[in-house]
Amino acid sequence: MNLEKLNEIAQAARRKRAGLKNKVCVCAGAGCLSSGALEVLDATQKAVREAGLEKDVQVVPVGCMGACNQGPLVKMEAEDTVYQKVAAGRAGQIVEKHLRNRSLVDDLLLFSDSGAKEKASRELPFYKRQVKVVLENCGEINPEEIEDYIAHDGYRALEKVLTSMSREEVIGELKESGLRGRGGAGFPAGLKWEMVYKYVSDEKYVICNGDEGDPGAFMDRSVLEGDPHRILEGMAIAGYAVGANKGYAYVRGEYPLAIKRLEIAIKQAKKLGLLGQRIFETDFNFDVEVRIGAGAFVCGEETALIASIEGKRGVPRPRPPYPAESGLRGKPTLINNVETFANIAPVLRRGADWFKSIGTPKSPGTKVFALAGKIANTGLIEVPMGMTLREILFDIGGGIPGGKRFKAAQTGGPSGGCIPEQHLDVRVDYESLVGLGSIMGSGGLIVMDESSCMVDVARYFTEFCMDESCGKCIPCRVGTTQLHHLLSKICNGQGTMQDLELLEELAPYVKEASLCGLGQNAPNPLISTLRYFRDEYLAHIVDKKCPAGVCKTASLTGVR
Amino acid sequence: MSFTFQHAAQFTEVQASDPRIAKIGAAIRQYQRRQDSLIQILHLAQEIFGYLPVNVLRYIGRELKIPPSRVYGVVTFYHFFSLKPKAEHSVVVCTGTACYVKGAQSILDHLERKFGIRPGMVTPDNKVGLEQARCLGACGLAPAVVIDDKVVAKATPEEISAMIQNKVGAAS
Ligand SMILES: Cc1cc2nc3c(=O)[nH]c(=O)nc-3n(C[C@H](O)[C@H](O)[C@H](O)COP(=O)(O)O)c2cc1C
Ligand code: FES
Repeated sequence: MNLEKLNEIAQAARRKRAGLKNKVCVCAGAGCLSSGALEVLDATQKAVREAGLEKDVQVVPVGCMGACNQGPLVKMEAEDTVYQKVAAGRAGQIVEKHLRNRSLVDDLLLFSDSGAKEKASRELPFYKRQVKVVLENCGEINPEEIEDYIAHDGYRALEKVLTSMSREEVIGELKESGLRGRGGAGFPAGLKWEMVYKYVSDEKYVICNGDEGDPGAFMDRSVLEGDPHRILEGMAIAGYAVGANKGYAYVRGEYPLAIKRLEIAIKQAKKLGLLGQRIFETDFNFDVEVRIGAGAFVCGEETALIASIEGKRGVPRPRPPYPAESGLRGKPTLINNVETFANIAPVLRRGADWFKSIGTPKSPGTKVFALAGKIANTGLIEVPMGMTLREILFDIGGGIPGGKRFKAAQTGGPSGGCIPEQHLDVRVDYESLVGLGSIMGSGGLIVMDESSCMVDVARYFTEFCMDESCGKCIPCRVGTTQLHHLLSKICNGQGTMQDLELLEELAPYVKEASLCGLGQNAPNPLISTLRYFRDEYLAHIVDKKCPAGVCKTASLTGVR
Repeated sequence: MSFTFQHAAQFTEVQASDPRIAKIGAAIRQYQRRQDSLIQILHLAQEIFGYLPVNVLRYIGRELKIPPSRVYGVVTFYHFFSLKPKAEHSVVVCTGTACYVKGAQSILDHLERKFGIRPGMVTPDNKVGLEQARCLGACGLAPAVVIDDKVVAKATPEEISAMIQNKVGAAS
C-alpha cells in the first residue's frame, strides 16, 4: 500500500458515487436497528430495483445519524433530506415520490411532527448547531466498506504520519493541539503519548478503551458501529508515535454489533496492508486484536481493564506505576478512550491549529454527547466545547417534552453530578463542570424533569456503585454499602437528621480513602444532589414527603 | 453458588469427542494455550452451551493450566458469565440511567406483581428468566427491554407483561 494506491481506491469509490444520481443512506445504528431499520433497508432496496433505478441510486446502510428517537431514519444524500419513522411499508412511496417525482414525502420529514418543513437536514436546529469532527463520517459512510472510509480521506493521516513525520513530530503536533482524553478525566493526550514514548522497552502496547460502562451513554458505541476504521487509524498512529506494534480494542460485551463491525474493519485493513507488516512500505508493523468485556463497570478503569485483558478478574491496582510505565504484561502501555482515538486522524490530517480553532482554549475540539432522559430529541450529538448547557438541551435537544419543567442535567454517570436550572448557562468544558461539582465524564447527558426525585437519583447511583464495587478495598466496598443504606432509609421515609449528618461525614472518607476512581467518585451524585436539592432531602426526613412522588413507601405521606 | 443433584451431570468428565468440546479445544490451541485467553474462551463456551457447566470449566482450566479456583474466580467476577442454565426465554430490563429516568422500575414492579419474579429469577415453570442490564446502549429508546434478543423500545409495563404472557402460554 502506498499513497498512489490509496488515491486510486478513493477515486474509484468517488467515481462510483459520481455516476449515481442519488445515494439513499439507511441508518443502521443500534437505535434504528431496534426499530426495524433492516426491514426498511431491504424494502428500500427492493423498491429501487422495482422502480428500475438501481443503476442510478445506491442504497446503503450507514452508522448512527443522531436523531435516535425518530428512527428508523433514511437520508437522501443528494438533497440532504432525512425521513423519520420510516416503516418498511412506506419505502415504496419514498422511492416513488422522492426519487422519481422529485417531491418530498412531507409527513415523514425529520421533525415534521414538531412542525419542521426543512428539505435539507442541515437546516434543522438539531443539526445546525452541531460541529462534526468525531462523527464526520457517521451516518455518511457504509461502516462495513473500507473503500468508503478511504474515499472520505480515510488512512490519509496514517500515510502522512508514517511517510513524512518523525515520532517526536507526531507527539509534538498532538501536544500542540491540546486534545484532552475523552474518557472522562480530560488528561492531555499528547502528554500521555509522550510518557509512553519515553519509556524504553522491547515491547509496548496500545489499548483502546471501549468499555463505556457509564449507563446512559452510547457515544463510543456509535463511533465503533458507524466508523470503525477511524479508531483503527488512530490506534495505528498512536502505535507509531509511542513505539508499539500491538493494539487491543476492548469493547463491552453488550455491544455485539460494534464488535462485529470492528472485526470486519480489522480484516479489511489487514487485507489492504493498512494493518499488519510494513504499513505504507515503511518499517512500521501494527496489529489490532479485539477483546470483549464481560460485564463489569470497574473494567473501564484502566488498571482493571488491563487485568481483564490478561484474563484475570478485573480488579484495579494502586497507581503509580501508571500504565504508561507498567501496563499490560508489565510493559509500557498507552490507553485512551474511543473518542480520543477518533480525534487523532483529523488532528494530524488537518493540523493542530485547525483543531484549536474549535472549542475553548483550555478544552479545544468538540465533545460527543448522548442525550437521553426527559428530553425531546434523544440521540447522539457533537458540539464544540464551550457551548452552553442551555443551547445543548433546548436548541439542539428540543427541550423538555410534555410541558414539564427542567430540574437537572446529569453528567458523568455514577461518578458525576447534577447541574440544576440556575446553572443552565454554564459553558460546557472540563473545568467549568468540575466547578459545579460535576464532571464532563464520557458524554452521557441525562435530563431530568420535575417527576424525578433527586434523593432517589442519588440512591440509584449509589446502588450502582455498590453493586459494581469490585470489593478489593474496604472504603469502597463497605462505604458504598453504608451510603446506600442511609439513602434508602431516607427514601423510605425512615431517615433522621442524624442519618443526614452521617451521610455528610462518611462521603468524604469514601472519596479520599478508596483505591480507584470508582470509590473515589461514588459519593459525587450524593454530594451534588445534597448541594443543590437539600430541600428534597429535608422533605423526606422532616415532612416525610417525596415532593416528586417517586418514593412510594407507607411511612411517606403525600404520595400520589 | 450452590449445587443440587440436578446439576450432578456437570461433574462427569467431558468427552473430548463431543463436538462442542472439540470446538473449545480448537480455540484454545488457536490462542496457543495462552492463559490470558481465558475470558475469550469462556465467552465461546458460554455461547456454545448457553451457560458454563462445571465440567467444561474444569476442562478449560486443565487445558490452559489455570487452577479451578482461579477459573471460578473469573467466572463469578463478571456479570456476563452464568453458572446456571438459562430459562427458555430471557427478558432483560435495562435499568441504566436513561431507562431508570423513563420508568424502568415500574416495569420491574409490574412484572413482580404479575409473575412474582425479580431480576435474577425465573418463573416457576422455568420458561422465562428475568434479568436486568446496566444500559444496553439504546438509551435514545428508553426504557429498553430485550426479549429473546429482540429489543423492545419505549417499553410499557403492560406491553412487556403481555409479551411474557405470550411466551409462557405459547411454550406450554
Ligand atoms: C470506575 C471507572 C470506570 C471507567 N470507565 C471508563 C470507560 O468506560 N471508558 C473510558 O474510556 N474510560 C473509563 N474510565 C477512565 C479510564 O480509567 C482511563 O482514564 C481512560 O480510558 C483514559 O483515556 P483518555 O485519556 O483517552 O480519556 C473509567 C475510570 C474509572 C475509575
Ligand atoms: S440506560 Fe437503558 S439503554 Fe442506556
